[in-house]
Amino acid sequence: MDIYLPIAGLSVNILVIILLGGAVGMLSGMFGVGGGFLTTPLLIFYGIPPVVAAASASTQVTGASVSGVFAHMKRGGVDFRMGAVLVVGGLFGTLFGALLFRILEAWGQIDTVINILYVVMLGGIGGMMMRESLTAVMAARAGRPVPASKRRHHPLVANLPWRWRFYRSGLYISPLAPLVLGFITGIMTMLLGVGGGFIMVPAMLYILGMSANVVVGTSLFQILFVTMSSTIVHSLTTKAVDIVLAVFLLIGSVTGAQIGARLAQRMKPEYLRLFLAAIVLLVAIRMALGLGWRPDEIYTVQLL
Amino acid sequence: MMGRLLLLLVLLALPSTAFAQSAVPKLVPDVSQRDINIQSRFTGVELLLFGAIIYPRGVVPEGQIDVAVVLRGPTRPLIVREKRQVAGIWINAESIDFRSAPTYYAIASSRPLDTIINARTAAIYELGLERLQLSPTGEVDAAEVRRFRSGLVDLNQRDGLYVEAANSVNITDQVLYRARLAIPSSVPEGRYVAETLLIRDGRVIVADDGVTVTISKTGFERFITILSQQFSLIYGVLAVVISLLLGWIAGIAFARL
Repeated sequence: MDIYLPIAGLSVNILVIILLGGAVGMLSGMFGVGGGFLTTPLLIFYGIPPVVAAASASTQVTGASVSGVFAHMKRGGVDFRMGAVLVVGGLFGTLFGALLFRILEAWGQIDTVINILYVVMLGGIGGMMMRESLTAVMAARAGRPVPASKRRHHPLVANLPWRWRFYRSGLYISPLAPLVLGFITGIMTMLLGVGGGFIMVPAMLYILGMSANVVVGTSLFQILFVTMSSTIVHSLTTKAVDIVLAVFLLIGSVTGAQIGARLAQRMKPEYLRLFLAAIVLLVAIRMALGLGWRPDEIYTVQLL
Repeated sequence: MMGRLLLLLVLLALPSTAFAQSAVPKLVPDVSQRDINIQSRFTGVELLLFGAIIYPRGVVPEGQIDVAVVLRGPTRPLIVREKRQVAGIWINAESIDFRSAPTYYAIASSRPLDTIINARTAAIYELGLERLQLSPTGEVDAAEVRRFRSGLVDLNQRDGLYVEAANSVNITDQVLYRARLAIPSSVPEGRYVAETLLIRDGRVIVADDGVTVTISKTGFERFITILSQQFSLIYGVLAVVISLLLGWIAGIAFARL
């Protein structure tokens, strides 16, 4: 069944879009990540213009994270103070991202920069996750206890001035660190259409040193507001948000997320993480190949 | 469409006194659809371009005639960029600005263009993808323009936006002709001009570009496009609210299951 996307300006198979949303939603239900890092490249691969893909994927992430935020709020899993600092950083990040977008587009290098960002980020995070989960899996196989990593923030963070208390996170640190973190993920939301959870969660754990039980909830809280902001900034600047595309992605992803969440309960967490690491690395490798291989079509067209 | 065909037949049957004086034949072209509406089920459209050739005094001349039909979309300025491998990565390097490139261009002819028309005439009438007038800006040499043009043509051919179809105009009894052109779903809105050319001995005898086709979004698609272009803030807020509501409702619905 085909449907015409009014902003993307072409017709797509609606089932493909729903299934794509469903598959990404399943992963997000299993791992608690937004899945934007998969949605955007898959949409581009399917033939949606890159800007429309990134803009609409971020709209979809808003809807995909809202019920998660409520669930975490109910069980006290959101540090609102930390969340607010991250959101403020994120809002500035989306605005700066919009500026960056415009500059890179005029320069003609937006696609290359997006691809390189994907490769570096996904490759880095995926590699880290892979190493960690392999250690965990091997430890579990050998019957040894998993070596517990000490929770403490990075020395760089500890040296920043004007410390605040973040009670739920169990931290006494400068708000500058989460502000910068929020800013960086805001830029990425704008450019890549990702929520940024897969960067935020490790950064919160290993750089800020937040207590693990508020990490996912607080990161979802930030993602919710920053993707809302990025949808509006995209609507005002690139005018590339395709609401029809976002709705069908969302229908797939909210359904997929429920299935994923149920599947996740039956799987061992260390294998789950290994699986996610493999997926992240695969996407990174695919994109790296795309950069190095001679492209199918070396010409591109930009309308003025 | 049947009505128009009937009208054509009536015109043909009439003693053609009106055209008796003129020595050149007259073309009576038409298309199957003059208004193409883009709505949610739009997946592209196949346009039938057809018509009749009316000869002076109704005498069909000896020898072979050929017909070419061209459908041109609105033109746009654009930049074509060429990727080059720099430090192992394929990135955009050189680029050319074209001031007016057609967003859609399809040509169908009764035989391959090179065999029915001489190069000079083809250039004058802008027939064939290799002869598109793109008006490059700035100082660029001809070889470079050719390279970028063939890049643009290749890209648009893959997307079905540029079409060159030889042997696809059917001519019946040297009088009636018809051709089908496919228009993909990704065409831009605008006014499309259909031109019909009657070709003989390598030259264009008569050309008629009086038929236009209008492609426009309608209904919901039109509403969304206007909203996003002119009321961007409202559109953005609406997108956020819809996304929030859908996500929230789905969360509640699944919690009950």
